[in-house]
Amino acid sequence: MLLTYIIKRILWTIPFLFAVSIVAFALIQAPPGDYLTTFAATLAQSGDMVDQERLEALRTRYGLDQPFIVQYWKWISGVLVGDFGISFEWQQPVSNLIWERMALSLCLAVSTLLFTWAVAFPIGIYSAVRKYSIGDYLITTLGFLGLAMPNFLLALVLMYIGVVYFGADVGGLFSPEYQTAPWSWPKFVDLLKHIWIPVVILGTSSSAALIRIMRANLLDELNKPYVTTARAKGLSEFRLLLKYPVRLALNPFVSTIGWAFPQLISGAVITAFVLSLPTAGPLLLQALLAQDMYLAGAFILLLCTLTVVGMLVSDILLALLDPRIRYR
Amino acid sequence: MERIATADPGQVVLEVKGLVAEFPTRHGPFRAVDGVSFDLRAGETLCVVGESGSGKSVTARSILQIVDTPGRIVAGEVLLHRHRTARGTGAEETIDLARLEPRGKAIRAIRGRDIAMIFQEPMSSLSPVHTIGNQIAEVIRLHETVSKKEARARSIELLRQVEIPRPESAVDRYTFEFSGGMRQRAMIAMSLACNPSVLIADEPTTALDVTTQAEILDLIKRLQESHGMAVMLITHDMGVVAETADSIVVMRHGKLVERGSVEDIFYAPQHDYTKMLLQAVLDLDRPSERRLARRAVQAIGGPVVEIRGLVKEFDLRHGFMRRKGHVLKALDDIDLTLHEGENLGVVGESGSGKTTLGRCLLRVHDPSRGEMLYRASGGAVADVATASGNGLERIRRDIRMIFQDPFASLNPRMNVAQIIGEPLLVNGVASGAALRSRVAQLLDVVGLPAAAMERYPHAFSGGQRQRIGIARAIALEPRVIVADEATSALDVSLRTQVLDLLLELQERLGLSFIFISHDISVIRYFCDRVAVMFRGKVVEIGETEEVCTNPQHGYTKALLSAVPHPDPRHRGMLGRHRYEAGA
Repeated sequence: MLLTYIIKRILWTIPFLFAVSIVAFALIQAPPGDYLTTFAATLAQSGDMVDQERLEALRTRYGLDQPFIVQYWKWISGVLVGDFGISFEWQQPVSNLIWERMALSLCLAVSTLLFTWAVAFPIGIYSAVRKYSIGDYLITTLGFLGLAMPNFLLALVLMYIGVVYFGADVGGLFSPEYQTAPWSWPKFVDLLKHIWIPVVILGTSSSAALIRIMRANLLDELNKPYVTTARAKGLSEFRLLLKYPVRLALNPFVSTIGWAFPQLISGAVITAFVLSLPTAGPLLLQALLAQDMYLAGAFILLLCTLTVVGMLVSDILLALLDPRIRYR
Repeated sequence: MERIATADPGQVVLEVKGLVAEFPTRHGPFRAVDGVSFDLRAGETLCVVGESGSGKSVTARSILQIVDTPGRIVAGEVLLHRHRTARGTGAEETIDLARLEPRGKAIRAIRGRDIAMIFQEPMSSLSPVHTIGNQIAEVIRLHETVSKKEARARSIELLRQVEIPRPESAVDRYTFEFSGGMRQRAMIAMSLACNPSVLIADEPTTALDVTTQAEILDLIKRLQESHGMAVMLITHDMGVVAETADSIVVMRHGKLVERGSVEDIFYAPQHDYTKMLLQAVLDLDRPSERRLARRAVQAIGGPVVEIRGLVKEFDLRHGFMRRKGHVLKALDDIDLTLHEGENLGVVGESGSGKTTLGRCLLRVHDPSRGEMLYRASGGAVADVATASGNGLERIRRDIRMIFQDPFASLNPRMNVAQIIGEPLLVNGVASGAALRSRVAQLLDVVGLPAAAMERYPHAFSGGQRQRIGIARAIALEPRVIVADEATSALDVSLRTQVLDLLLELQERLGLSFIFISHDISVIRYFCDRVAVMFRGKVVEIGETEEVCTNPQHGYTKALLSAVPHPDPRHRGMLGRHRYEAGA
């Protein structure tokens, strides 16, 4: 039963990803002009002469004069075999540029998600069980502060404190000596030393939101009759809490994975700029501004794929958690 | 199953003395239980009777100290005489449960082991995300050191004892895969897991159909005999009391009003409240005199609604090419006629299609086939099944509905004036000052003060809310009212009042009622004719008295024999008639 559900759900993502790729391609094609018009404009700005014939030749070479559907087909058939095309601006294969940045983005997103859960889960439970206690009020206040504060502001404040009071090296994800070095154990340790700052910054607002969600869910469940039944069995309050109401309150919690992923990645752009993180966000923005079609397309497609995969993961987890979903 | 050591019958195993439980509120503490005392004896059943708000549930929960927060026990003793139970070691051992720390180990060791509890709503009282087996085995492993495998084997054995079919596979299933009756059986299996000496059942059958209720009560009785348990049964249904009780405690407003043996309470009640409760039940079990008197003066007129060949199918097919599932025939070729000034009862169990019938008549559901001819006051005939636009609007003005749940059917964010005025407003009948005076008049008709207008539904009791619902239903001066279980959520003493109000409105406004209920006694009181529904079909229809006293169809017989009689000398339920479909 569960297996059929999972297989079915995975098969459904295939047409979904296909639709997503069309939308992604249409989006990057949507602004007027193409890479070459932007290129010509940059050249003209710096006073260089633009040779119209050369532009036309380039346009034909890149296939930019072809209709949408042909361009899409060329692109997507390449993507299916792992060829994301050439970045106009960098004159390099897109795949050379994106993988490390995507991996770091993903790593940052996953760590942030884990951090968020580690913070929100126990605090949310505490807040619900000790409703209207001083601790609950304190958490609620802090939570609203965390929600209200923009991430980049928190980043600036943390950076200031870090540099001025601790003399720490706060920008980026690596120390200078490791920036271009190949992966090794010391580089990984160095990453761990740096990653916690963006994780805390990005995690604050989503933790605050999740604490509220957990508290509200659990408050709904705490007074349900099955809790009384469990109490009448002689279960201790702690075991009872974790086995019954928390388990049921988890449902909406797990559903958040789906949207937390893309939100963490796209929402991290400004913070990534402020902290000069080598993640996907800044490069994506640059590619969009330059109308570097294949580079932007690859990022958007990967981000959308992450969203779809995030939804898939959360659906499968939900089915594992709640038999009622499985049996529908 | 090994023979269980039982306590000597008749021994007092649990004594409640001067129990007081309070809920702190803004206006000072509210006493939910106020000085209640009673005894539970091994092998005997004590019924605690009272209407909603009488504190009977809080009393039961106080025994195990599981009163919902912020409620707490302030005074009194709850003495468990363990040495007199099967668990006793021989030495004198009396524990005062009220003195124990509510979260402590001592009371937790008693919960589920010495004293077990069954709750009212079997759907929400069991966890929907754990298997039945998991929830039963949990109790066993909590109180006894046994392996998982052994606990599972015992769970299966327990499920077999409570007559759940195929217990080996049922043990791994979830509650939502069971019917209400099966869930309650699983709940009972869970409570019996550690052979408790006291079983507290809080309205265990209120959410169930009468036939299922009879089976569950029957089961509890038999298990009590084999296990020698003391049973405390909380109920508001005097019929259930008469069927099961050895002794009775009557409660009202948190106080114990009267206690005694079943004969004493039923045949020689001392307190006025007990008399009133019994009278309310007896009143309901016969035709309303008011209705009979009225019918003698004014005969029932010609047909208002004629239902012919009505079919409603729900498409439950799903999956690829809709090959899984089936089409459910909720209504299967229904023919019914409602006459002017008549009360037509529709009786049946849950799932029989009676609610669907009412909803089709209001076109909440669109019928699949058949016609429902409505004869307007001018004599024009329209088919409700195919009406649309203005035609349907006009019909809906004439056919109104009263709902079952007086809590859920009133919008908590609207005040009474808005609730009652809404149909008038949306139909453009009245607005402004005219609307207000009409609402005041309607409130007066249903016996509520005009001052009620500004208040919100939460400020009213169940009975008052149902009056608001009735005022809303009659606001447009309808000709037909569909009342779907309109009195089921009310206490017995309120039921007659509401039914009398409906009869009075019938006289004043010339209404005809389709009265949907699972409660035979209410139908008998209120309805001229009754249609018995079973699995989407009308199996029997006739004059109410005729059907009640001389049922023809096997299902009607089974239904009637399952109704508990409020007379302990006629415990007929156990020797009741059973009906199998297709038999």
